[in-house]
Amino acid sequence: MKILCCVKRVPAPGAKINVTADGMDVDAAHLGFTTSPHEECGVEGAIQLKEEHGGEVTVLTLGPGDAEEQLRYAASVGADHGVLIATDGTAYDPQRTAAAIVEAVEELESAEGGDGTEDGEFDLILFGNESADAGGFQVGIRVAHALGRPIVQGIKGIEVGDESITARREIDGGFEVYELPRPAVLGVKEGLNLPRYPTMKGRLASKKIEIQSMEVDADEGGQSRVRLHRPEEQISETVILGEGPEAAAAVVDVLEELGVL
Amino acid sequence: MSDIPNSGFPTSAKCVVIGAGIVGNCVVGHLARLGWKDLVLLDKGPLPNPGGSTGHASNFIFPVDHNKEMALLGEQSANQYRDMDLSVDSGGIEVARTQERMVELQRRMTSAKAWGIEAHLLTPAEVKEHVPFINGEVILGGFYCPTVSVVDSLETGTTMRKEAIDKAGLQVFANTEVLDVITDDTPRPNGRRKVTAVETDKGTIEAEYVVIACGVWSNRIAYMADTYIPLVPAVHQMADVGPMDILAETNNEIGYPIVRDMDTFCYERQSAGSMEVGSYAHRPILHHPDEIPSNAEAALSPTEFPFTPDDFDQQMEEAIELMDMLGDAEIKYAINGLLSLTPDGMPCLGEMPDVENLWSAAAVWVKEGPGMGQVVAEWMHYGYPRVIDSHGADVARFYDEEKSDEHIWARAEESFNKTYGIVHPAEQWADRRMLVDSPYRSRQEALGAEFFQARVWERPQWYTSNADLVERYGLEERKVEWDNRWWSPITVAEHLNLRENCGLIDLSAFQIYELEGSGAVEFADYLAVNKIDVPVGRSVYTPWLNADGGFHSDLTMMRMAEDRVRIVTGVFDGGRDDFWVRKHMPNDGSVTFTNLSKEISTLGLWGPNAPAVLGQLTDQDLSQDGSPYGSYLPVTIAGVECHLFRISYVGDTGWEIYVPWDQAPSVFDAIMKAGEDHGLRVTGGGVYSLSGRIEKGYRLMGAELESEYNPVEAGLARPKVKAADFIGKEAYLAAREAGSEVQCVTLIVDDNVDSQGRQRFMQGGNEPILDLDGNRIVDSHGRASRVTTAGYAPSLGKNLLMGYLPNELAEPGTKLQSMYMNELYPCTVVGPGSAFDPDDTRLKS
Repeated sequence: MKILCCVKRVPAPGAKINVTADGMDVDAAHLGFTTSPHEECGVEGAIQLKEEHGGEVTVLTLGPGDAEEQLRYAASVGADHGVLIATDGTAYDPQRTAAAIVEAVEELESAEGGDGTEDGEFDLILFGNESADAGGFQVGIRVAHALGRPIVQGIKGIEVGDESITARREIDGGFEVYELPRPAVLGVKEGLNLPRYPTMKGRLASKKIEIQSMEVDADEGGQSRVRLHRPEEQISETVILGEGPEAAAAVVDVLEELGVL
Repeated sequence: MSDIPNSGFPTSAKCVVIGAGIVGNCVVGHLARLGWKDLVLLDKGPLPNPGGSTGHASNFIFPVDHNKEMALLGEQSANQYRDMDLSVDSGGIEVARTQERMVELQRRMTSAKAWGIEAHLLTPAEVKEHVPFINGEVILGGFYCPTVSVVDSLETGTTMRKEAIDKAGLQVFANTEVLDVITDDTPRPNGRRKVTAVETDKGTIEAEYVVIACGVWSNRIAYMADTYIPLVPAVHQMADVGPMDILAETNNEIGYPIVRDMDTFCYERQSAGSMEVGSYAHRPILHHPDEIPSNAEAALSPTEFPFTPDDFDQQMEEAIELMDMLGDAEIKYAINGLLSLTPDGMPCLGEMPDVENLWSAAAVWVKEGPGMGQVVAEWMHYGYPRVIDSHGADVARFYDEEKSDEHIWARAEESFNKTYGIVHPAEQWADRRMLVDSPYRSRQEALGAEFFQARVWERPQWYTSNADLVERYGLEERKVEWDNRWWSPITVAEHLNLRENCGLIDLSAFQIYELEGSGAVEFADYLAVNKIDVPVGRSVYTPWLNADGGFHSDLTMMRMAEDRVRIVTGVFDGGRDDFWVRKHMPNDGSVTFTNLSKEISTLGLWGPNAPAVLGQLTDQDLSQDGSPYGSYLPVTIAGVECHLFRISYVGDTGWEIYVPWDQAPSVFDAIMKAGEDHGLRVTGGGVYSLSGRIEKGYRLMGAELESEYNPVEAGLARPKVKAADFIGKEAYLAAREAGSEVQCVTLIVDDNVDSQGRQRFMQGGNEPILDLDGNRIVDSHGRASRVTTAGYAPSLGKNLLMGYLPNELAEPGTKLQSMYMNELYPCTVVGPGSAFDPDDTRLKS
């Protein structure tokens, strides 16, 4: 089966996230970059499905040239192809992002393969439920809608049948299980699986994979960033109640105060 | 659990130590052992891992190093970790992939023997017996050291800190950011300021002493006190890969020896079920301290920067080549870890030269942390470190030209890939040369000078314009490339010409100071062992001692006038000696201190024809009566007012000529012209600092003379001791009273042909001197006999060695052995005097 997994390059921040002086971006001076955690699970899920059912996994990202690092990371854990929709470095709004991805998907699905036939459509397109930085919750849904394919968000379990895909998501007190016709789109969440680390050989192999660069653009949508605001830090106070058995009485007092005892 | 006492934030302390990594913790621990009280330890991060380099160190110690300070402090540190039971001897193997490295491993064996560390050379099959998962096909052999150890540096820090809390009531404040280091800037004659307080986000602490033990942040803290610790944070990449069954089955943090893959500049170190692969092979990646994020901003810790995998790919390929199993192991954790690099690869320890009581304990790695913590604590307590001579790590060693980001970055970029490199003892830096101008530069370049750098000063080592002398004396290149590297037969030719005719040597790198004022002579006498209160126009060669009676320096002092004394010292000790004077000088206005090093140039003119050459240029009576040995006379040479100092460090008669810097070229030209018919040649430092010196057995600071030896042992004690007080007098008197169990001697290498039939030429130093059974020779203080200087003596056609021997072995004619590149060479003791012209007849001519 053919699986497309869409990922986003996001900063890997510490506890404190700084904002640039103009308030328009995360200050990445000290930061490394990573793949959004939900999408890491998407890549792992895609690779597991490939291992189980055969086929190939293509990973796509929209971002600056540096986002190639995230594609190669996906390749280092088992993805077969990488597609980079290059941007000029500015942040795309969700509508524009979705439109560009739709165009890319259509181009990929109609492209000629090495055997002279059309590559054909992706059986499954995976998105992260939301990106780790912007958290828009929109792109996957917009893409699915534009492609006319079904989508379910919040997925933590995937099973593939011959004609359909079964997806599971958590709700309070249980699960919801959906059956979607192929081709389908899923927005997956952390917890879907435990992503593997790349091996050294995987890392080295990923260097040799050709990244397909696509020139695709779309019009800006209706959402624009006004500015980023960093909320005041919540400072929690730590009181040391004592050390060893002598602290027991003080601990009891606190527990009583809290109404636990 | 926190070990922060439930007390308020202090407003004063005797000593505030900033930084609670391995170094800061060991400094407070050792200060407490020395009886210090009223100590405060601060760190901006949390405990026990505040986020510095200690927290991500690979924590292993390879005890063999060619450098004495690093080897002995590494061993000292390893033993301290062992004493705390926070260390395990994993063993370690340095593997060679190239023939050149196999030779280097022979050199490692020699250093191991010198320091008394067990070591073995292994075949690839023997390496595989120790490390079954290594690919024996890609290595030629290994250097195995069973006492390579892995330590718990964080727990050691905690233990030392707790010891200081128990012994000295140390107060510890984590999560406390230092905002400023405050100094008293009242101008003083010695030009130094004084530290007074540390301002933090929790309050200000007035402090008598402040120690900067802040690792990669150290220079940022130094800046706060308007001073400079020359170090730069540099990336060391490390990846933790695993799990692997063969490692997990050891059920141990470390069950296999650490492998250093020396030719790829990488190491593989087991960490439980995983392997840490570390690299010194990637491009140098340097950062400014201000680029380091706070604990809150950092994704991991502040000194664990995001991994840049592109820089590590080649190392991965090579690691897989060495250990195939690594290829399928997962990369679980990988970092660009920060560590500290300095311009010369040595730490920065000691009191800041420009700020009284502000101390640096920086650029120290985990492998030498406890030992260097002890060095700094002893230095603060006794005025000098007792555990080992630490002149190579003294933060006062740097010249101003070395205290710039441009310099440190350039040096760090050049040195990073030499971390596991094969570095020749005479290896010269490629970048940051010609930093200090010379009055003779254009002339020297025209004469084809091969410059060697002494810290920031450039000295011609030999001149290619003298190549014709090589043929005249029938000389040739050395057959073994290592012995020939950074060497030329021209230097031998220049030596022989000086002995036959004469040579002119540029000594402008000499460091020249003057003390002036009503208290100048008294203060000069306080610094020196020998009497400085001598008639005007006389000079005095003298040791300067530390309080324990060991050498701080050896140099010459000249009585210029009733109230003026000149000090002339070597370039390698200029920074330390400048600081030593200013540290001890009275601040009551009775003495002023001036550094004249860039105002006065020095030329050395020596050889049997030297008097005839100089005689053409001055009316001064140059006979032994008119210009006696040791005299320092004002003269006019070629119309320029100079000073003529009858002295010799090469063993032939002649003078040091002190010339005003701006008039020096004309004096140089006049001497060269006068020497045309007397065989005068410009002559390089190879003759001055090595071949001429070693033929005469003249001692050199930093080689024969270190704080671990005193003048009695060095053979530099005079018959009488002056009445005036001086630094180290009490210890010196005691040493004289006790007598010496060792002597500084010269040895002649009887046969320098190696097992392959090649003539070898010893160089480098620190090679062991052994008895005829091949045993190390160690005195009752634990000091091993080793080569302090090695060099070829052209006048004798032999290799000479210098070193200390116990009295019973120091008798002339005693047969011993010296090791060089892991082979033994027979040698014979000459004795404490000169191997060449022992009666000094040439000096008296």
